[in-house]
Amino acid sequence: MPTDFTPVSALIGGALIGLAATLLYALLGRIAGISGMLNSAIENPGERSWRLLFLAGLILGAGAWFALASPALPARTGFPLPWLLLAGLLVGIGTRLGNGCTSGHGICGLARLSRRSLVAVLVFMACGIATTTVIRHLLGGLP
Amino acid sequence: MKHHLVALLSGLLFGLGLAVSGMTEPDKVLNFLDVTGSWDPSLALVMAAALAISLPGFAWVRRRNASHGTMATTHVEAISMRLLLGSALFGIGWGIAGYCPGPALANLARGSGEAVVFVIALLAGSQLARLAGSSR
Repeated sequence: MPTDFTPVSALIGGALIGLAATLLYALLGRIAGISGMLNSAIENPGERSWRLLFLAGLILGAGAWFALASPALPARTGFPLPWLLLAGLLVGIGTRLGNGCTSGHGICGLARLSRRSLVAVLVFMACGIATTTVIRHLLGGLP
Repeated sequence: MKHHLVALLSGLLFGLGLAVSGMTEPDKVLNFLDVTGSWDPSLALVMAAALAISLPGFAWVRRRNASHGTMATTHVEAISMRLLLGSALFGIGWGIAGYCPGPALANLARGSGEAVVFVIALLAGSQLARLAGSSR
């Protein structure tokens, strides 16, 4: 489904994300990487509470916007289930092996001038573009 | 206490930013990745705006820490096979459904069935990779 290019909301939303990551790094010395935070919240009981609060805040913050948005912003439905499961599995395995996702490597890692993060971002962007292109233009969409 | 407030506030801003920017819409993400088709460059501007804040912000924090002598900031940065393979698998999964971990969690806020399934699969995949890694 085509979507509109939304430069103003993209810039405002992006700035909020950058501010959130900077706040966490400046005041707690922590990286706002969502995949890592999720894993640690499950596996590291000693430091669970602040991570759970961050994740709860993330859901509430998005929820506030969904509640206020006009016209309403309904969630996507109808994506084929097997592909959704495969995508989730790959993202789970990949972010564990690669130690990060769009937030940890993309926002925080690049801000820390990490060479590893730059490589990670280039690889996942290239693989994401390749995958979407193959699915949409070679296979003509998912079955 | 302060730690908890900061974490909550940062999470709120992060989630709000994801939703405001439209990155919680998986079709918008897929259209960003579809550079030869119905390309929507919004995601690039989200990254650019986030980095416009976080690059100088992180640099300032590192300078402050260096002058206080706290927090070691040098680390070995090896580009491992693990990093390359992991990032590639993540990119493929991202390109299939248009969800990465943050936006998937954010979608739970509006009761998205897709997000529930995706997050469960993501947690399963992550634990699978963890177990496989520890048994080697």
